[in-house]
Amino acid sequence: MTSFDAAALSDAFVTSALAVFSLALVVLAPAAALSRTRTRTAPLSVPVPALEGPRDAPALRSAPTHGSTRLAGAGQAGVVLGTILVCLAVVARGVAAGRAPWGNMYEFGLTGSAAVAVAFLIYSRRRPVGGLAPWTVALVLVLLGVSVTSLYTPVDDLVPVLNSRWLVVHVAAAIAAGALFTVGALATVAQLVRQRRGGNDQEDHFGALAHTVHLVAFPIWTFAVIAGAVWAENAWGRYWGWDPKETWAFITWVFYAAHLHALSTVGWRRRAGLLAIAGFLAFLFNFFGVNLWIPGLHSYAGV
Amino acid sequence: MRTAIVLLVLLALTAVPGSLLPQRGVASDPAAVANFYRQHPDLSPWLDRLSLFNVYSAPWFAAVYVLLLVSMTGCVVPRCAQLWRDFRAAPPPAPRRLSRETGHRRGDAAATTDPLNAAAAYLRARRFRVTSTGHEVRAEKGRSRELGNLAFHLSLLVLLFGVAGGKLFGYEGRVALVEGTTFANVASSYDALTPAPWADVNGLEPLEVTLDDFEAEFETEGARFGEPRSFEAAVSYEGDEENGTFTVRPNRPLDINGTKFFLTGHGYAPELTVRDGNGDVAASGPTIFLPVDQAFTSDGVVKVPDARPAPLALQGLFLPTAVEGPDGMGVSAFPDQVNPIVQLMAFTGDLGLDDGTTQSVYELDFTDLEQVRDGEGKPWRVRLAPGETVRLPDGLGSVTFDGLSRFANFQVARDPGKEVSLVAAILLMLGLTASLAVPRRRIWVRRNDDGTVEVAARSLSRRPVPPGELHALASAIGLSPADGRQHKEEE
Repeated sequence: MTSFDAAALSDAFVTSALAVFSLALVVLAPAAALSRTRTRTAPLSVPVPALEGPRDAPALRSAPTHGSTRLAGAGQAGVVLGTILVCLAVVARGVAAGRAPWGNMYEFGLTGSAAVAVAFLIYSRRRPVGGLAPWTVALVLVLLGVSVTSLYTPVDDLVPVLNSRWLVVHVAAAIAAGALFTVGALATVAQLVRQRRGGNDQEDHFGALAHTVHLVAFPIWTFAVIAGAVWAENAWGRYWGWDPKETWAFITWVFYAAHLHALSTVGWRRRAGLLAIAGFLAFLFNFFGVNLWIPGLHSYAGV
Repeated sequence: MRTAIVLLVLLALTAVPGSLLPQRGVASDPAAVANFYRQHPDLSPWLDRLSLFNVYSAPWFAAVYVLLLVSMTGCVVPRCAQLWRDFRAAPPPAPRRLSRETGHRRGDAAATTDPLNAAAAYLRARRFRVTSTGHEVRAEKGRSRELGNLAFHLSLLVLLFGVAGGKLFGYEGRVALVEGTTFANVASSYDALTPAPWADVNGLEPLEVTLDDFEAEFETEGARFGEPRSFEAAVSYEGDEENGTFTVRPNRPLDINGTKFFLTGHGYAPELTVRDGNGDVAASGPTIFLPVDQAFTSDGVVKVPDARPAPLALQGLFLPTAVEGPDGMGVSAFPDQVNPIVQLMAFTGDLGLDDGTTQSVYELDFTDLEQVRDGEGKPWRVRLAPGETVRLPDGLGSVTFDGLSRFANFQVARDPGKEVSLVAAILLMLGLTASLAVPRRRIWVRRNDDGTVEVAARSLSRRPVPPGELHALASAIGLSPADGRQHKEEE
């Protein structure tokens, strides 16, 4: 396969993934709405995310309607298929470029979309958090859509300063942590909304998901920052220079550190959630704001 | 803990302005603060008074992180003492009502002759700390969680030492080297040197570095036309203990005993020979022209104060790939040397080199200079390709464009604290991972008077007891449910 083919193939996979995710969203949204009005939770026995949000509605413990279950199952299949397609797009892009497919902002967005979808599928397994599925799909669609429409760049070689093993390690860790932060932020918002509606604290599935995901994400983010520092020392002669990208990585880290501390502080559950969301917003700003608006040493967006 | 959270949030918020306002000493654009001053002349002095152009060395920023570290130390030291006591103490006795604990199960262990011994052996083999009494086994595991937590927090203090080491004893310098020239590592050789307060600038690593050759490659097709693809600076070095050759590339610095040379930029140094009115060579050799755009259009000056009959100064524009621009002016279309051209203007008069004030080698002081004009009274301009010579008007002399050299910019850095920081970072990473991933838990096995055996666990952290751990233990000691009261294990 020539590299030109691989690049075109990657773009085709992205387009198909966009279509499949859109269809999945069209199916998932009414499924979630139907199940909301009908029932309380009963985790579905589907092996993959049970597409059924825990609801604090009336205690009628009827099973979800047949229709909503089938819709949810179809939506679920769509999510899995879309995830596979976007992963294939990442692989094809890597083949086309002959390097790790995260050398510019488009590739970061593409690989990040795949990572969010994969992280959601992994962590929502055997958890009754299916209510998150349409929101996750919507978010992946937005990220993928923005990447394709605004950030797209053709496959090309790297500028010399990016040509380093540390690109693979540092950016991969940032993408993994970012994907987990995204899932964590979605779950946290769901948890906060549920608390506001007076949800039952005994079955805080969203909170549990957010907690698990954040516990994994935080060390990975820490590693991404440390790997970045080691690389910076090797490339620029200093391991920390308060470059805007570094500063916002630090801000993100500090917010999530505050979040973890707040979790073990009595009566700060809600504030802990808000701190996690602040951390996620800092992460988002670091990707979009710092790349596009603030000049700095990390200006490799290529857009 | 609340104090810590408030201080953490403060730390995050106080770090923000430094990323939005230009900062002194943040590398990407040294002129950023000066430019901001020009654009906001009224606001800037006030921002400056509040240290907003050097946020990360501002007293208020320091106050936040110092308070945070103090608060943290205040928490961590008592916890160290507590942990030490915990480590020496045996696991505590089982609570009276084991049935309230996680994963409680009760049953007969008739198949095993001595279920307590079997349980103790099983748990010891899994690295639990185990104490046995006649009727119960007490076991605990996962103290590495607490150890990790302490290691993480203490590593931040170690990191502070590492950072301080660099900020107090390190130095950074910049030097531009033309191909074929040698740099001696003494303070006066640097174009710019920023030593830390206690850095020993007279005791820099004894070292000479020569730039033998510089090669650059650029993208020649596609949307990224002209984007750099590779830089290589071949250098030879001679130190006290070692000498040799090395190719410095981005991400591949030359490291001599901790003094590192990083390749941070490059450009062209046209070789111009100036003969004065008497025909004597008044200036020769390569002159560094500073690049001003992506296509390496470069600016430079040649000062010839000793020319006769009159001192001369040349101001030049170098174009590595000269093409005709839209307005008839020459512009550079590509960063590599495809059609190199030097455009020159000349001045005579007092160069201002003897009045004691320091002057940039890249700029002319036009105060007492007069532009050289041609026969028609228009400013004298000339375009030279390599090998060409041109005579100046009025018998002032001649200029020859002999050829082209390249220069490379090196950032030189020494940070004696960076190994300490690296150790701190590794400790931080390990400690953090352990403190978040390891579940600390206790397991009790009790034999009741009626011959039944109870098993239960308790998590001492937010991490749940690993699923299946109790189940495996129960199977190992042959526990079979006696009364059906088998509680579901927590996930």
